[in-house]
Amino acid sequence: MVEAPPIMDVDTVRAQFPILSRSVNGKPLVYLDNAATTQKPQAVIDTVSHFYAHENANIHRGVHYLSMNATDAYDRARATIARALNAEFEQEIIFTRGTTESINLVAHSFGARLQPGDEILITKLEHHANIVPWQILAEERGLTLRWADVTPSGEVDLDSFQSLLSEKTKLAAFNHVSNALGTINPVKEMTRLAKAAGATVLVDGAQGPPHLLVDVRDIGCDFYALSGHKVFGPDGIGVLYGRHELLETMPPYQGGGDMIERVTMEKTTFRGLPERFEAGTPNISGAIGLGAAFDYLQSLGWEEFHAHEQALLKRATERLSEIKGLTIHGTAPEKVAVVSFTMDGIHPHDIGTILDTRGVAIRAGHHCTQPLMTHFGFTGTARASFAFYNTLAEVDQLVEAIQVVHQYFS
Amino acid sequence: MDDLADLYQEIILAHNKRPHNEGILDPRTHDAEGYNPLCGDRLVIHARQDPAGKLEAVQFSGEGCAISRASASMMTDAVKGLSGDELRKKAQQILEYLTAREAPPALDLAEYGDLAALSGVRKFPARIKCATLAWHTLLAALAGKEQVSTEEA
Ligand SMILES: Cc1ncc(COP(=O)(O)O)c(C=O)c1O
Repeated sequence: MVEAPPIMDVDTVRAQFPILSRSVNGKPLVYLDNAATTQKPQAVIDTVSHFYAHENANIHRGVHYLSMNATDAYDRARATIARALNAEFEQEIIFTRGTTESINLVAHSFGARLQPGDEILITKLEHHANIVPWQILAEERGLTLRWADVTPSGEVDLDSFQSLLSEKTKLAAFNHVSNALGTINPVKEMTRLAKAAGATVLVDGAQGPPHLLVDVRDIGCDFYALSGHKVFGPDGIGVLYGRHELLETMPPYQGGGDMIERVTMEKTTFRGLPERFEAGTPNISGAIGLGAAFDYLQSLGWEEFHAHEQALLKRATERLSEIKGLTIHGTAPEKVAVVSFTMDGIHPHDIGTILDTRGVAIRAGHHCTQPLMTHFGFTGTARASFAFYNTLAEVDQLVEAIQVVHQYFS
Repeated sequence: MDDLADLYQEIILAHNKRPHNEGILDPRTHDAEGYNPLCGDRLVIHARQDPAGKLEAVQFSGEGCAISRASASMMTDAVKGLSGDELRKKAQQILEYLTAREAPPALDLAEYGDLAALSGVRKFPARIKCATLAWHTLLAALAGKEQVSTEEA
């Protein structure tokens, strides 16, 4: 007999997120816009405020106590994140502003080696952050951008993906989890296929670690990009994981302080990893706060966490499917707790506005995935995206709020 | 609750459901596409001016929410027969009515009719651009611009 996973104590978890007890428009907040950004536990808020109240100093510059202390805290955050992602070396964790900057760093520094005629393979499931940098690079360097198809259920079509790989493919870039539909992509298999064709692999992990345990070495990718604000950490901070053999061969991203070894009027030599990719004073409090967010995630029991999210997904899928005229988009068997939907004759913005008056925060629109929306033939969807701190009762509140939409538009 | 009832007044819902002048006007003298990059919605305005510059007819096509469709539908009724100057004056009044920071100038119901139903939009700042898009697009069309975006207005 399979043992049922332990049940997550959601009330206790919710109490750790101060914002979850506020109300909006006179109603208790039902926050279902976690794919846009997640809320922060007290542990993260306290870490950031403690840093400013007691430990603030610039890093890598001072011989004084506070500076050395801040440098230590910054480095410890890097080590925490390296362990959480199972990177081989701490130096493989580069702090950036977020997923978008991580991808742009790769486009700039890895992109520098690409030659006219080379190809980059992405998928139709991508966020604009994993499309536009490649379009710009392709334009600049005369590259061809190829798009793997998606299936009607919202999965990457692996046959299409495989058929577009060739010796010309120098980079394959795809998301771990689709922010628009919630699909979990078979990134390990996709990485294997791309590497077999000789391509370097970047995984857009913005929506990965908020829901899944991530092991970059198990996936086998060369780069993995993520955003702090989507994993219960601060905004303005993110990570690029890069395999050190590859990072070492890449030119710097930005020039400035901290990334140099020696600057003379004739020539500058650059520092090693990770500093070469972290020019200027970084977001120190953000990095430390992100370390605290990963520590917090690890304090939650993974099995309970996962089982709870899947229960939310199941309940939301079942209850929304019962609503007349409502269609769920994204029905892959492997999904995180994201439910994207449209309602016959009702625009997603009108749904979003009405839900908001009931305290239910969702996202309405194209979710920065316009090629995907166009592929499915609509301009946008309404999207309820859950986190582990959401409750089954909140799924019911979502459904009740949708009944109000029907009152106006029927 | 009442804010919502104010936003989705019967008149707005009726125009959304059965809009006036939806289609691609033919023949026409002017076209422009209004685009809202935040939601990806596109509203196309088609207009015909007579040689003296009077608006003979206006139609709209494209996708949009209830507010943008209702606003476009009501606008096509309200601008018929106006000269260029009259139209610009009316558009300015409506845009001011929708976007004024302080209490908006009251609209004369006799003159504005259905358009006054847009008053509820003011309480939903995220939706004001939905209501102004049709007007900006018509102004752009008559000024000979083919495209306008909510983010430039
Ligand atoms: C899949 C995916 N990729 C990239 C991004 C961009 O992340 P950020 O805006 O934090 O850089 C997002 C954010 O919505 C996302 O969901």
